[in-house]
Amino acid sequence: MLTRENTVNLVLALLLLAAPLAANALGQPFYVTLATRIAILALAALGLNLALGLGGLVSFGHAAFFGIGGYAAGILSSHALSYEPMIFGLPGTVQMPVIWIVAVIAAGLVALAIGAISLRTSGVYFIMITLAFAQMVYYFAISWPAYGGEDGLSILVRNQFPGLNTMKPLSFFLVCYVVLLAGIGLFALIRASRFGAALQAARQNETRVATVGIHPYRIRLTGFVISAMITALAGALYADLNRFVSPSMLSWHMSGELIVLIILGGTGRLFGPLAGAALYVAFEFALGGLTERWQFFLGLILLGVVLFARGGLLGLLAGKAKHG
Amino acid sequence: MVEPVLQIDNLVKAFGALRATDGVSLDLRPGEIHALIGPNGAGKSTLIHQICGTVRQDSGTIRFAGEDIGALSTAERAQKGLGRTFQVSSLAPEFSALRNVMLAVQAKQGSSFGFFKPVMQDSSLVDPAMAILERVGLADRARLPAAELSHGERRQLEIAMALALQSKAFLLDEPMAGMGPEGSKKLTGFLDALRREAPILLVEHDMDAVFALADRISVLVYGKVIATGTVDEIRSNPTVRTAYLGDHA
Repeated sequence: MLTRENTVNLVLALLLLAAPLAANALGQPFYVTLATRIAILALAALGLNLALGLGGLVSFGHAAFFGIGGYAAGILSSHALSYEPMIFGLPGTVQMPVIWIVAVIAAGLVALAIGAISLRTSGVYFIMITLAFAQMVYYFAISWPAYGGEDGLSILVRNQFPGLNTMKPLSFFLVCYVVLLAGIGLFALIRASRFGAALQAARQNETRVATVGIHPYRIRLTGFVISAMITALAGALYADLNRFVSPSMLSWHMSGELIVLIILGGTGRLFGPLAGAALYVAFEFALGGLTERWQFFLGLILLGVVLFARGGLLGLLAGKAKHG
Repeated sequence: MVEPVLQIDNLVKAFGALRATDGVSLDLRPGEIHALIGPNGAGKSTLIHQICGTVRQDSGTIRFAGEDIGALSTAERAQKGLGRTFQVSSLAPEFSALRNVMLAVQAKQGSSFGFFKPVMQDSSLVDPAMAILERVGLADRARLPAAELSHGERRQLEIAMALALQSKAFLLDEPMAGMGPEGSKKLTGFLDALRREAPILLVEHDMDAVFALADRISVLVYGKVIATGTVDEIRSNPTVRTAYLGDHA
């Protein structure tokens, strides 16, 4: 059904595909990279949007999962390139699909532990405890010299995807684009499913959910873990984009940035993260060229959104969110 | 005597020096409406909270369907078949009436971990939910968000959700509150029929409704049950008259 929101979504998706195709044809690979950055940040925020938008769980620690994904890519490829086995004699790999699986599983396990404890709290306490856990992961990465510590870890050659030359900006963009679309599809499925109904109901009215016999804690924990997994996948791609991973991917700035993307785009909206990421990268590029203090202006815009356009960009373009 | 569905024995709950529930014992038998009345602050809500598990008792036992449920979580008690409505309507406000009831149907089916099938295309959820909405007279409001329903409709929707759980007992916390006379009359008729499905513990201030519906009445004052009996016994009980009913009876 082509509602107004679907039309906006379709246009956003097509724009994100058309722009790098055109840039590539015109011999402007920089813009392809910019679009890749949008796609990856959108995927990371999409993950957070599952917890924050659907579940109402304001996690201020999703950088931990983003960074774990990034380190999975960095560590696996560094072992593969140096032919040194990792723990238990397992070899590294430069194959993206394998890296993604490792990234997603690792982040899922960490999210299970963090979520199991954090979800016993709510509100401001939940925000603070997720932040605290993420900072623990951050300082662990800084103080672990085996993988670069504070200096981070370079990925000498971008990891590979079967049948593609990922060193070509457009090929790598297409990989990220398809992963993003798959992520959006998954988000849409989950949102419409029984689990999604329970997760959204738990945000609206926890007591009601418990009174019909659904455990809000289990639902939220599952949502938190899935959310972390999607963000970790984005982290793995982000490390490959920059061919570098460092503790900055794990820092609380990153967690904040992901929340900002969601608010800019529209909380809980299917294409909110993409709209937010596009807006954010565009600001960064346009204002960043004019002044070093572009984030000051971003702050002003964010203030405007929070005060006058609570639904974010999607809210402005497509109107209020609807539930079936 | 038949085994009671719900049996509360010597329940105590204190908040500091205040004994909000002070050794309460009562039971709910199959097929009956047992009304719980008492002045404001008598501890009716605290008692309901303990039965549902949102407040934990200090001592005493709560048995439901032959099982001690005193240590179970709210969700577990609901799964055992304890359906409740709230004094202030408690719904998922952004969801439509239909999706609220579907949530209860899905909970009853015990499967909230489906990730891929859209609920709106799942006839095992939509059909029973629609049937229940029709039964409570909300079918034409099914697609409206719960937040946009009128006060009376929200109360009906709560009852619809309790029905969807196929509860073994209903705990209705002031279902008539805020209803107009027309709405109260309709709801009274509905509850009268509902008792055949499962017994009802009814907390209510509307004495006309209580006297019309109740098989038995318990009067709670300062956390204690001062009397339990049939409508006539309660009406003529001198202690109750001074403590609560005044000249209403």
